[in-house]
Amino acid sequence: MRTMTPPSPDGATSPADGGGKRSVTAEWQLALPLALAFASIFLAPLLMLVGVSFFNDDKISQPGFGQWAKFLGDPFSYKVIADTMLLGVKTVGATILIGYPLALVYLDASPRVQKVLIFVIVMPLLLSVVVRTFAWIVVLGREGVVNTVLMQLGIISEPLRLLQTELGLVISLTQIEMPLMLLPLISVMSRLDPNLRDASAALGASRWRTLFTVIVPLSMPGLVAGCLLVFASSTTAFISQSVIGGVRLIYLPLLIWQQSLVVFNWPFAAVVSIALLISVLTVVSALSWLGRRSGGYVHG
Amino acid sequence: MQDVGKSKAARALDVEDLSVRYGQSLAVDGVTLAIEPGEVVALLGPSGCGKTTLLRVIAGFVRQAAGRVRVDGATIDHLPSNQRNIGIVFQNYALFPHMTVAENVAYGLRARGNRGPEVQAAVTRFLDTVQLGAFHQRLPRQLSGGQQQRVALARALAIEPSILLLDEPFAALDRNLRLDMQIEIKRLQRTLGLTTILVTHDQDEAMSVADRIAVMNKGKVEQFDTPVAIYDRPQTLFVNGFIGTTNLMNGKIAGLQNGMATVALDAGASLSLPAPAGIGLGAPVHMSVRPEQLALSSVPGPDTWKIEPGLALPIGAQLVHEARTADGTFLKIIEPRRAVMSEAARAYCTLAADARPTLFPRSP
Repeated sequence: MRTMTPPSPDGATSPADGGGKRSVTAEWQLALPLALAFASIFLAPLLMLVGVSFFNDDKISQPGFGQWAKFLGDPFSYKVIADTMLLGVKTVGATILIGYPLALVYLDASPRVQKVLIFVIVMPLLLSVVVRTFAWIVVLGREGVVNTVLMQLGIISEPLRLLQTELGLVISLTQIEMPLMLLPLISVMSRLDPNLRDASAALGASRWRTLFTVIVPLSMPGLVAGCLLVFASSTTAFISQSVIGGVRLIYLPLLIWQQSLVVFNWPFAAVVSIALLISVLTVVSALSWLGRRSGGYVHG
Repeated sequence: MQDVGKSKAARALDVEDLSVRYGQSLAVDGVTLAIEPGEVVALLGPSGCGKTTLLRVIAGFVRQAAGRVRVDGATIDHLPSNQRNIGIVFQNYALFPHMTVAENVAYGLRARGNRGPEVQAAVTRFLDTVQLGAFHQRLPRQLSGGQQQRVALARALAIEPSILLLDEPFAALDRNLRLDMQIEIKRLQRTLGLTTILVTHDQDEAMSVADRIAVMNKGKVEQFDTPVAIYDRPQTLFVNGFIGTTNLMNGKIAGLQNGMATVALDAGASLSLPAPAGIGLGAPVHMSVRPEQLALSSVPGPDTWKIEPGLALPIGAQLVHEARTADGTFLKIIEPRRAVMSEAARAYCTLAADARPTLFPRSP
């Protein structure tokens, strides 16, 4: 429990804090090079981005709120924001639906099977996103694996349209982002005391009851961390969104690309970038707040 | 505080010819135990002897390769663990860390579909039983080890189990608390008349809590008897060495008459002792004798042997003498602490007046 001490009027810390303060200073000095690097290559460009957004023309010569007014006044902007957030939510939902049972399978598997599973889980991370995305084009295309198999089985007569649809995009993002869900989930779940499941069973609980009253609540920190990573990563996955979604499905990253590199309206691109940053940060901080609330339950 | 649960008839537990296989090896090898209703039985043995595995089979967490478990004569082998109604307290307590003390205790009742005031009443009753009534809104991590154990006990008792299993329940507690909890569990067990199985590697714990002890080694039960019988009349060399401290001396059967054997010790003495069954003339034997059953002497004789005295350590009111015999065996001898004895007064060793050494056959 943290105790709150009111600051003394002259702003000086009380003598009792002296020792602690010295070590804090030492830690700051150690982190200084990193902080400077961050400030110059991350913070400064971000501030420049904010600055650029407050110019009315694409020559960046007339300061004003014109671009913001244009963005906030256009219903299309809100649709793109909503579509982008919805894409993130759908991908998170799909990774949970497939990833959580997979994590449970992993926990019950023998150590040898676990090694194989972890390799399969991590493998997508070893391939470039571009390669994985193009692989999904081969799988989901008109003449792709999915359509060929379904047609030959006689389940469908016409090829399904999967590319350039949100469904196809969610399917491929689910596979691409799956490691980001599974790794934190598995690391939290494998720290759970295996006796808890036995204790629950001995008390008369069914497997489902044990799952929903013991395992799910205790794996929340891992689940939240996974959702956070998958959400942030899928809403900003420019390559997958544009290659599989095509130009018809417009999400914020594509909009930024169009405005900055096709239309060369940098101030408007800056506005959209900030909108993306704020929307993602809002969801992510809500999620991590949830994560901190449930974080205390896991011990050891 | 005493009126816990309805006074139910205690259940008998029978383990019949039970074997558990882990890969190539047998973790439990043909164990048979007949446990009386209301009895406390300790499964005692070194780590890896199969005692915890046996407990886990009874709880239904592990399936046996062969054999049966019966409660009051009915086999429970086909039942999954959530239908066995067996209470278990784990070594690390395994309390649900995200639930309050009250929710932990209510868990088993809720899993059985009980709701509302009935559950509240039971929770209050069992928390009062373990003297934790004031702690019902705490989380487990806000409790001490002893309190956590009481919660685990209340949680196991709340389902009114037919059998109570305790897996090394005192191992994580410090010495003083351990004795308190042993007394507490014994008291509760008496009040409820619950058939209880306790797994432990601590012989003092087994001796103080259990009505009978099953000493296990390498998956087998070596001896199943009362604590006193196990201490005084160990049936195998393993039990003899595992329970208490003992001295092993080598010797030979030099004569057999009327059920008495004359044992010629390699240390150089001749003793007349009750002959174990099936031993032949000239057979090599171990003589096992407890340190307190040996005595020091200053005079040689036919039933004494020469020793080379070593250190003498005071332990409480007693003095533990270390000594070496002529054939190189090290002995521990416990005597009441008296005035300092000279070397000469400690030159010989003999059996104390009430000594009951045990003979075991020895491969030559």
